[in-house]
Amino acid sequence: MSSTQQVLAVGRPVAVNHPWRPVWPGGLHGSEYSWAIAFLIPYVAVFLAFVAYPVAYGLWMGSKPELYADLAADPLYLRTVVNTLLYVGIGVNVKMFLAFLLSGFFMSRSRWIKALLILYMLPWALPAIPAFLAVHWMLVGQWGFLNSLLSALFGIDGPIWFNSYWLALGANIVADIWKWMPFWTLIFLAGRTAIPQDIYDAADVDGATGVRRFAHVTFPLLANLYLVCTLLATLWMFGDFTTVYFVSGGAPARSTEVLATLGIHEAFDFAAPQLGVATVMSALPLLIPLVIVLMRKVHTMEVQL
Amino acid sequence: MSLAVASGGPARRPRYRLRRSLTRAASVTLGVALVIWTVMPVYNMVLIALDSDADEYSGNIWPPDPSFESFRVIWTEGYWYLENFWHQFGNSIFIGLMTMVLTVFIGSLASFALGRMRLRRRWLLSNAALLTYVLPASFLAIPFVHIAHRYGLSDSLWAVIAAEVMFATPYAILIFQQYGRLIPFELDDAARVDGASPVQVYLHIYLPLMAPALVAVGTYALLLAWNEYLYQFLLLSSTKSMTVAVALDQFFDSDEAPWNYMMSTAIVYSLPPIAIYYALRRYMMTGLTMGGVRA
Repeated sequence: MSSTQQVLAVGRPVAVNHPWRPVWPGGLHGSEYSWAIAFLIPYVAVFLAFVAYPVAYGLWMGSKPELYADLAADPLYLRTVVNTLLYVGIGVNVKMFLAFLLSGFFMSRSRWIKALLILYMLPWALPAIPAFLAVHWMLVGQWGFLNSLLSALFGIDGPIWFNSYWLALGANIVADIWKWMPFWTLIFLAGRTAIPQDIYDAADVDGATGVRRFAHVTFPLLANLYLVCTLLATLWMFGDFTTVYFVSGGAPARSTEVLATLGIHEAFDFAAPQLGVATVMSALPLLIPLVIVLMRKVHTMEVQL
Repeated sequence: MSLAVASGGPARRPRYRLRRSLTRAASVTLGVALVIWTVMPVYNMVLIALDSDADEYSGNIWPPDPSFESFRVIWTEGYWYLENFWHQFGNSIFIGLMTMVLTVFIGSLASFALGRMRLRRRWLLSNAALLTYVLPASFLAIPFVHIAHRYGLSDSLWAVIAAEVMFATPYAILIFQQYGRLIPFELDDAARVDGASPVQVYLHIYLPLMAPALVAVGTYALLLAWNEYLYQFLLLSSTKSMTVAVALDQFFDSDEAPWNYMMSTAIVYSLPPIAIYYALRRYMMTGLTMGGVRA
């Protein structure tokens, strides 16, 4: 999904109601039942018209086996797959790990750290395009802002960032981390605040402090949240088009494209929509297991509600 | 901590103090690093926007001759890329508001039927919502554009609104269902005994008590639609139907566009969401935690 994502945050489930007890006593009467159906009609209509139909259509578009043979023979596609794995694999893990550590830092009660948190939120509040335009312009050419800064402060001539594969790929990853780390930090911060103080007090009495407190108290309590957030972040980063499109734009010479940008380019710039669909759909074998694990994690909570 | 000092006795005090000042130095260093990390790209945006000539490779780290000229150009639409700027700004607002209203409307009705009336087999719909929620947007984009053409919605703002609503509604349903648990079911029951129809329960009990969640989800939908780029880029083509996001991309694609105008456009475009985020910070945080981290 794009920009302002919110997360369906998951913690330890609480059993509030017994799952299958009818909430309206006596069940639904005849007319109430019709009303319930009527209330669902707008959602079901939107779902069928704008989710189910496009999904089915997409599956049909990408169903020809020749498409995948074409892709497998295309060196650009193979390179893109490697890029996507690096981009998502490094990006998600670094982002989530740093966000988790920083959420601990922001737990501090001191006033300047609280003020810092407000500033730190800024990349999250910024829409994606201005954010990535700014990062792109910071690195572009010989005299982007970063190189000017390096030369003014240290007298170093910076590299031409988008001429090097690794630097360009790194720029994409760093841009994504810059934009989304604040959001995940806030999620983990909320998770940490939800841990009752008496658990820490008990750990204190047992002599667990510092690293041991983190390893035996904080992390186990937040492990489920961490897992769900990592899965969500992975899914979103796989589908992320804007970062790569604006930051490196595939430079140098289309070598840093990811599946999302390659698929869109093929479909709309090279008029090969079926190939574009096949390109993005080739990620499904990897995504479906993630979705299943995620749905299960969230579903156990749903049933408990 | 103070307890540790007392039991450690005076002999351990200097070591403790050393450790404390080290911790302090480390956290100040981290704080400074975070400020630089966060602010640098934003500063670069402002730097380019305030530059009076359009040469991007000036190599300045400080605006030599700051001017608000480029903001004046935007205000007066005085450059050909910006000819329809305020019209496009209006399009963005229209898409945002429609997405907000429709998401809250559709989401609250569905969550009322699912969470309060508890239809049988409701898990089917909850799962459908969840699946839409985890669906990567760019993966659906290609077939979605084809289908929008088939519906006769080419170059139409409504195609974009449909896309944004479809992405925002699942989140709305999930949050509404969670928040709805806080409202006692006895209220519904009492109203039903008095002969209220489901519509009356929805209008007079459910909606008023759900107000905080409605605000949080409405804001979320508004910002989602304002910030989203890919679908607007693929679905809107004429200058009259473009949004600011797409107009910005036009600058980006051009080879000799004045970068200071582009960056000031980017800043003007960012201001409404930033204002909303910071003004409704508490609500946004509630939206984040409502999901159940707080359990």
